[in-house]
Amino acid sequence: MLTSITSYLHSNETPGAAGNMFWALLYILAIFLGLSIAVIAMNWLERKVLAHMQVRLGPMRVGPHGLLQPIADALKLLIKEDIMPAHADRLVFWMAPLITVLAAFTTFIVVPFGPTHAVTDMNIGILFMLGVSSLGVLGIVTAGWASNSHYPLIGSLRSSAQMVSYEVAMGLAVVSAVLMTSLHGTGVYGTGTTGSGTGTLSMIGIVKAQYDQQIWFAFKFFPLGLIAMFVFSVAMVAETNRAPFDLPEAESELTAGFHTEYSGFRWSLFFLAEYSAMIAVSSIAVTLWFGGWLRPFPNALTGATWDLLFSLFPGFSFLGLGALALLSAMRMPRHRMFKIQTIGLAGFGALLALIGLGLLVPPLRDRVQDIYWFVAKVAVFMYLYIWYRGTFPRYRFDQLMMVGWKILLPTALAALIATAVVGVF
Amino acid sequence: MQPVATTFFFYFLSALALLGAVFVITRRNAVHSALALIVTLLALAGIYLMLYAPFVAGVQIILYAGGIMVLFLFVIMLVNLERAEKEKQFNQQWLIALVAAGGLGLLFVRVFTESKTVSGLLQKPLAQLAESTNTQQVGIALYGNYMLAFEIASLLLLVAIVGAVVMAKKRI
Repeated sequence: MLTSITSYLHSNETPGAAGNMFWALLYILAIFLGLSIAVIAMNWLERKVLAHMQVRLGPMRVGPHGLLQPIADALKLLIKEDIMPAHADRLVFWMAPLITVLAAFTTFIVVPFGPTHAVTDMNIGILFMLGVSSLGVLGIVTAGWASNSHYPLIGSLRSSAQMVSYEVAMGLAVVSAVLMTSLHGTGVYGTGTTGSGTGTLSMIGIVKAQYDQQIWFAFKFFPLGLIAMFVFSVAMVAETNRAPFDLPEAESELTAGFHTEYSGFRWSLFFLAEYSAMIAVSSIAVTLWFGGWLRPFPNALTGATWDLLFSLFPGFSFLGLGALALLSAMRMPRHRMFKIQTIGLAGFGALLALIGLGLLVPPLRDRVQDIYWFVAKVAVFMYLYIWYRGTFPRYRFDQLMMVGWKILLPTALAALIATAVVGVF
Repeated sequence: MQPVATTFFFYFLSALALLGAVFVITRRNAVHSALALIVTLLALAGIYLMLYAPFVAGVQIILYAGGIMVLFLFVIMLVNLERAEKEKQFNQQWLIALVAAGGLGLLFVRVFTESKTVSGLLQKPLAQLAESTNTQQVGIALYGNYMLAFEIASLLLLVAIVGAVVMAKKRI
């Protein structure tokens, strides 16, 4: 038992592939914990960034710069009364949030945070992710139906129509990225390598293909990879019901859409599922088009010096964040009312700096930097989600359908055919 | 990696599939039936995984998740749930159904015993299927040996799509 635990530390395959139960469970727990923290952080960041985009301050009261606001929110949600509407379908009403949460979390089994940092690597990785994440919409539709109320029903019908139409474009965009794993092209589009000719659907395999071909798929067969990436990143916003495609929960028309009748803990499950689904689709986009866990220029800037320089990145970025927090602590108003807040912010900065120092330790540094690059790329996509919400007005429903069927679908099809043609000739 | 607790998972998934199937036909509420159908289909996907066919399992999940969504729309838009609650659920053909089901069951038992004693079909070791290249093998088979059948099937689907558009739209 103990030997199987310690021997895995030097292994270079995922716990699932190595058949190591202990580490698989540990990875699942770590991902669960990390996701929860990410959702909490995202909640705070979204309110803050949106507020600054609208020239407001956002949450400032609970903790320094509102850092403890998500915790206060979570407490508020947990002690809220749990209401079930009269004549609601009790069983389905109870099950709906569970379906969405389960679907959102299950997808993370195959997300590759690094060449060894994934619970398991499936032969059908990307197919599994798309399939399971599309099960999540089922929870939204059943939630709207089971509430026995008009607004939720309309919200859920919108959600199902939206999912059916955008999944087509999304799938075609993914297929053109999968094609790129096997096609190498010639002439201007040649990537300089020759492969076996068989592609792969496995998430780890796709990232490894990008390393072998020395190019991120977003830039492969320029501009075809970029077009497919663009189609996917529009469709993924629609799939996760986020602004500007948040028609299922359009608050100006449907109060809160499909979760109008939900309160307290059940509502917070929907919230958790929505943000985890956002992280899941962002990690699909990062894996398929932005080189997953690969650091910038893994082929061009090789050698011990560059390796060392890039492996210092995680530690120094945490140290920088810590310094920023300490700087803000110094700039806090000098008044006894702000004393606890100042100390708290300084403590938070010290914690970040301590994590940064820990990440500079050599064995940890090499093991963790894959995760760092992956998470950093996903974070860019998560920031884009907030940015969309702050800038784009919501689509009308017929416009949403037009964008899906008349613009995204033909574009994705054309990109797919062009990718195949360019790759073969 | 070697599979663990194979027998347990087989019986568990089979029981889940059967239970879901029974619920599909006995629930009065059509939405409950659709949900039970999903349970059955997911359990079948699990059984495909146990048969070293991950691609089929993944496609099963993707296709039927979308399919059930459309089924939901049908139920919400076309079925009058209040009237369906009061309607009789089964018709009076249980005698014929019993004979047919019994016949099928007998056939299964016969095949099982026959293969065990005469041809020795069940004793033959099954070929170890390569799980890691399953998708690639499916692709090679579809676009190699069965190219014509595959293309004909996709043509058939195209006709169905065009037909649906023609039926649904008054003015094209």
